[in-house]
Amino acid sequence: MNLTLYVWRQKNARDRGRMVRYQATGISQHMSFLEMLDVVNEGLIGRGEEPIAFDNDCREGICGMCGCMVNGRAHGPLKGVTLCQLHMRHFHDGDVLYLEPWRARAFPVVKDLVVDRGALDRIIAAGGYISVSAGSAPEANSIPVPKEKAERAMDAAACIGCGACVAQCPNASAALFTGAKIAHLGLLPHGELERDGRARAMVAQMTREAFGQCTNIGECEVVCPKRIELEVIARMHHDYLAASLFRRDSDAAVEAEPAAKR
Amino acid sequence: MELNSKSPSGPIETAWGRRKFELKLVSPANKRKYQIIVVGSGLAGASAAATLGELGYEVLCFCFQDSPRRAHSISAQGGINAAKNYDNDGDSVYRLFYDTVKGGDFRAREYNVYRLAEISLNIIDQCVAQGVPFAREYAGYLDNRSFGGAQVSRTFYARGQTGQQLLLGAYQALQRQVAAGQVRMLPRHEMLDLVLVDGRARGIVTRDLVSGEIEPWAGHAVVLATGGYGNVFYLSTNAQGCNATAIWRSYKRGALFANPCFTQIHPTCIPVTGEYQSKLTLMSESLRNDGRIWVPLQKDDPRLSSQIPEAERDYFLERKYPSYGNLAPRDIASRAAKAVCDEGRGVGPGGQGVYLDFSEAFERLGRRVLDERYGNLFEMYELITGENPYQVPMRIYPASHYTMGGLWVDYSLMSTVPGLYVLGEANFSDHGANRLGASALMQGLADGYFILPYTIGDYLASEKLDQVDASHGAFGEVEGEVRANIQRLLGVRGTRSVDSFHRELGKLVWEYCGMARNAAGLRHALEQIPELRERFWREVRVTGEEGDFNQQLERAGRVADFFELAELMCRDALGRNESCGGHFREEYQTPDGEALRNDAEYSYAAAWEFRGPGNAPALHKEPLAFDYVKPVQRSYK
Repeated sequence: MNLTLYVWRQKNARDRGRMVRYQATGISQHMSFLEMLDVVNEGLIGRGEEPIAFDNDCREGICGMCGCMVNGRAHGPLKGVTLCQLHMRHFHDGDVLYLEPWRARAFPVVKDLVVDRGALDRIIAAGGYISVSAGSAPEANSIPVPKEKAERAMDAAACIGCGACVAQCPNASAALFTGAKIAHLGLLPHGELERDGRARAMVAQMTREAFGQCTNIGECEVVCPKRIELEVIARMHHDYLAASLFRRDSDAAVEAEPAAKR
Repeated sequence: MELNSKSPSGPIETAWGRRKFELKLVSPANKRKYQIIVVGSGLAGASAAATLGELGYEVLCFCFQDSPRRAHSISAQGGINAAKNYDNDGDSVYRLFYDTVKGGDFRAREYNVYRLAEISLNIIDQCVAQGVPFAREYAGYLDNRSFGGAQVSRTFYARGQTGQQLLLGAYQALQRQVAAGQVRMLPRHEMLDLVLVDGRARGIVTRDLVSGEIEPWAGHAVVLATGGYGNVFYLSTNAQGCNATAIWRSYKRGALFANPCFTQIHPTCIPVTGEYQSKLTLMSESLRNDGRIWVPLQKDDPRLSSQIPEAERDYFLERKYPSYGNLAPRDIASRAAKAVCDEGRGVGPGGQGVYLDFSEAFERLGRRVLDERYGNLFEMYELITGENPYQVPMRIYPASHYTMGGLWVDYSLMSTVPGLYVLGEANFSDHGANRLGASALMQGLADGYFILPYTIGDYLASEKLDQVDASHGAFGEVEGEVRANIQRLLGVRGTRSVDSFHRELGKLVWEYCGMARNAAGLRHALEQIPELRERFWREVRVTGEEGDFNQQLERAGRVADFFELAELMCRDALGRNESCGGHFREEYQTPDGEALRNDAEYSYAAAWEFRGPGNAPALHKEPLAFDYVKPVQRSYK
């Protein structure tokens, strides 16, 4: 099949950027979306032009490195998949596709379709962990975890940190991402002790980065390739509110603490 | 050069404990005076960097991806082994040790493997405490499943995303140290060379992949956890960015490279569909717990799978290996699949595939159980192939997956360059000639959480290391060489893309140094590879500029290194006149087609020393002793 692509080309963070038209010809329906871009790039290299820069690594939907907007939708039209797992059989001959990078103030463009998602790492650094140093863990089976809770923790832990939720959100909020980690760790007995401090520190960091607020629009859930549910945002609000109201951690230092080192 | 493995002696059960007591310690107040460079942020690198940070060392951690959470450990699906014996089915540290030595076809160091089995217990404890959501029984206790090469259930798993969850645990521990100021994380930085001062590893030179800047970094020791070299085959289950550059350039600075020909071909991957294909996707080995592998009895059978009656199907693994059946180890299962396809009984386009069939399991267990166990794998299969594995059997074929070979390290995980440590898949240490499923995650985390943090302290406490910073002349010299290499790549200005060369190299290596090898083929490859390499350096076109985000330049450097590594692989394979594990030499097989080892002559690790461009590398042999597990012909029948 043959497709027309309009691709965002931007040399670097300082460049203004623009849409450029390309033809993708001879595309097989068995190709993945990224393999289709490989074909376009081979053509560009053949003509001595610079290929389209796009982030990708595992190409099996788990590393979270790939992704761009396809006709205004993060990771393209198919539900529950990353761009690398989207195959061309879901498109038709003659389709016109507009490819843009994740658009969010917190994700500055590096080049073309590549953005900087370091803000997500900083949210994790603010408290997205259980503070157990190597060597201090008790016997694994000493704390049983109800299966149902373990399963729900796993549902939330499946987040791959791709940033599609942020890109799709009209507010560019990172609530789904942050809520997923707060839910994952907060559902487990191992993460209970730090639950209050974690919620406050992670939400504070999210606010410090240039992410917008969540207004329960729900577009994030629709495009999440791992089908993380809005419920995690409710949990985040719950934990944050409870921690703020009751100050059970009596740790005023959480908010006073400087942002994680950038 | 004398290879000193520093392997302990005496009773193996207490060897690591005794060694830990002998290792010198760095006092808590002194740890902060040491800078450690960790390259790579996968299971081994992230766990090492986090743990060193927790101990109080000052750590610099580098990765080429945009975040440490992307490292390819994340793709590991099936599980992680640990000898917990929660299933009460006769498992023990000794049995895990035994299975791993046997599974590796008697080409690994016994003391290393024992230590690995011992530490497997601590790893599960650590990961559970970190919040890794392992699968659980209804009573809330941890669940286990079986994996290839074992008759006990010792594999812990988190759906089909075990690697992801373990990596996120290590990544979170790492981010905690980043916030604490103990670790400085440098994503989108690629190590391009190693810097030696007075014969010791004292730093690295990196390229900032966003700005293109070449930068020197100094430290008291360098830790490489940069993964394997499976992408030498072009098509593999590795991520696009996986490369051998860090270990290869360290090899050229004096670190010996061991057993490069020991590469693992994984039996259950989705078959190739076309020339444009950029990677092969693994379907977890865990599927072999419930899926049955078969091909038609008849050659070139044109019928659909559903039209072939039971009596006309050949469940070849169950037939050839009745006691392990579909859970025969990877090397054996891969060769068996290749054999039936070579006979013309393969299925799917081009006849390069076998069925992995869940219909019997579907009837026995029902859809809910299968969904719970393998839901995401089935979904992934359908996404890629457009076929629903609940309705038609999966089609699978072997693909390059893991490399057992890597930089030679001693019992302390130090390479032949003092101060250069190598962890995880990047080293050669624990899996011999074949790795068992669910053992890579175990090794990466053992190295990073529980081995390196002890052994590196001994080096730092024993050696008198002068203060060296990046203004030392040695750094400038290496930087100059790195820049010259980049200029050379950009300066070719040929007509062919980097990928087209990589693909051609991959085909050559797969054909002659893949699942089956023979002397004539290897000699042929040894002629072809240098020719292709010369063409690469004459005809490659690397677009873009040096001082810019330039993915073509990144790839070109990696492919240039793969060319050299491919040659060493073939040389190693040609020199090893036996079959063992993943190294199958057609000339050396038993009458029924099994690998025929030659313990009298080849019971050694082959460690290669670089002797300058254009010179043949020198082979050093580390003899292997088997005092506990008696070498026998592996039988899974």
